[in-house]
Amino acid sequence: MGLNESLFSQFWIYLKDLLQGDMGRSFTTGQPVTQDLMERLPASLELTLLGLFIAIIVGLPLGMLAATHPNSWIDHICRLLTTSGVCLPTFFTGLVLIYIFYYLLGWAPAPMGRLDLFSSPPQDVTGFYLIDSALAGEWAIFRSALAQLILPSITLALFALAPLARITRAGLLGVLNSDFIRSAKAAGLPRRVILVRYALRNSLLPVVNTMGMVFSYLLGINVLVEKVFAWPGIGSYALEALIASDYAPVQGFVLSIAVLYVLLNLIVDLLCSLIDPRVERAA
Amino acid sequence: MKQFEEWRYLLLQNPLTLIALIAFIGVVICALFAPWLVPYDPLASDTANALQPPSWSNWFGTDQLGRDIFSRVIMGTRMDLGIAVGAVALAAVIGTFLGACAGFYGGHLDRAVGRGVDIIMAFPLFVLAMAIVAGLGNNVINVVYASAIINMPFYVRVVRSEILVLKNAGFVEAARLCGNSNKRILWFQLLPNVSAPLVVQMSLNMGWSMLNAASLSFVGLGIRPPTPEWGIMVAEGAHYIISGQWWLALFPGLALTLVVLCFNLLGDGLRDIIDPRRRT
Repeated sequence: MGLNESLFSQFWIYLKDLLQGDMGRSFTTGQPVTQDLMERLPASLELTLLGLFIAIIVGLPLGMLAATHPNSWIDHICRLLTTSGVCLPTFFTGLVLIYIFYYLLGWAPAPMGRLDLFSSPPQDVTGFYLIDSALAGEWAIFRSALAQLILPSITLALFALAPLARITRAGLLGVLNSDFIRSAKAAGLPRRVILVRYALRNSLLPVVNTMGMVFSYLLGINVLVEKVFAWPGIGSYALEALIASDYAPVQGFVLSIAVLYVLLNLIVDLLCSLIDPRVERAA
Repeated sequence: MKQFEEWRYLLLQNPLTLIALIAFIGVVICALFAPWLVPYDPLASDTANALQPPSWSNWFGTDQLGRDIFSRVIMGTRMDLGIAVGAVALAAVIGTFLGACAGFYGGHLDRAVGRGVDIIMAFPLFVLAMAIVAGLGNNVINVVYASAIINMPFYVRVVRSEILVLKNAGFVEAARLCGNSNKRILWFQLLPNVSAPLVVQMSLNMGWSMLNAASLSFVGLGIRPPTPEWGIMVAEGAHYIISGQWWLALFPGLALTLVVLCFNLLGDGLRDIIDPRRRT
């Protein structure tokens, strides 16, 4: 590592190694950081993506219903969820869920990692246990992995839900009041067509942008959720290294999260120009 | 007096904001006078009385060392509120300065500030805060710096965009005709006009900063254990959740949630009062 060199040459050595995919070696695990991260990344990604997925399938319809029925009970539920979602500390939500669903009701398994004690991980293809076990046709493992995943991903989803539902509602409300919707209604188009093809598509742009932002928050919040649920992902790995003042893994973690984030922003930008071709022409 | 009448009218129109304002004052009183409000010493352990559920003598129960949780929650207000206020103040001052200069002078300065902000925003902010605390050293003052750094981009952007709009306004032209220098126009004409959106941004930011501070101490960064602080208390209580001792983690977590809720309601209310068009 050249610890006897000056700071600049240490940095230069780090950069040179980085170009070859070498992020240094972790003192605590004794393995190359790249290898450690690659082993743990699927666990984090599986959790984050499932959380985002739940947030989208709940948040978008909720926002749509709230926008089409303003000031109804569903609008109030939406407002309650969006207000409380941003106030609840994620680590606290996770603990409350554990207390209710593990201790009181006994529905969820113990919050200890990705599988229960009696299952062994499925054959490694993607590293996502849900996909791997489904590919191998081992449904017992699939159920075990899903049972472990469900509470942490709901914790993430509760947090991600708020901005998504809020933006969907606001965007859709604005579009629903516009002239072309009135024309579509006057032309006698079915309600579903007006809502999905005309209104939703036109209000999707801010929603997709928010989704990118929400994903970046989730990547950060992941660290907390992984600690609460003893999840063996990159967040808890970086945290252990951080407490042990082991810097190479922390640098590797921050760097890989930033790369993920940039890639995600690229996807969001591409999606935006797909949804609304005017964006590309303006840029 | 007329100003007061107007405020009273606006607050009565927004009862939720009024409640949030009262709660906010209560929180500030708790933070300022905590040592005189608590029934027990928040650090005194009493192992004979450990892990007792809530009762009349200990409203929120006792923790694994027999310390009174109610006293610790009240004392904890200080740490989290202090960190959040410090971080928001620092971020607002530096962010306003940078944003105002960038918006007003434009050119290379604007581009440099813009790129700097982009670099901060290129990281998930909580991860960045973690990395900064890890790099600078694990103590409270660095948590304040880290929170200030991750809050700053929002102020730079708000102030810059406001200044960009305002700098071509008529009153700026008039001030320039009267012979005011650039610096004078910026500080005495433009900045007072930016203060309203700035205040809204600050109060919305406070809750978020408190969440960040508590999250950092939850993962073991910043404040050290015997100190009564909400994030640490939830982290310690987490070990007892699985065996059913819910009161250790519930009360500090609930306190944090309610204070953040109060700040958010206050921020939303202020925004509705100051700028009704931005309501979503």
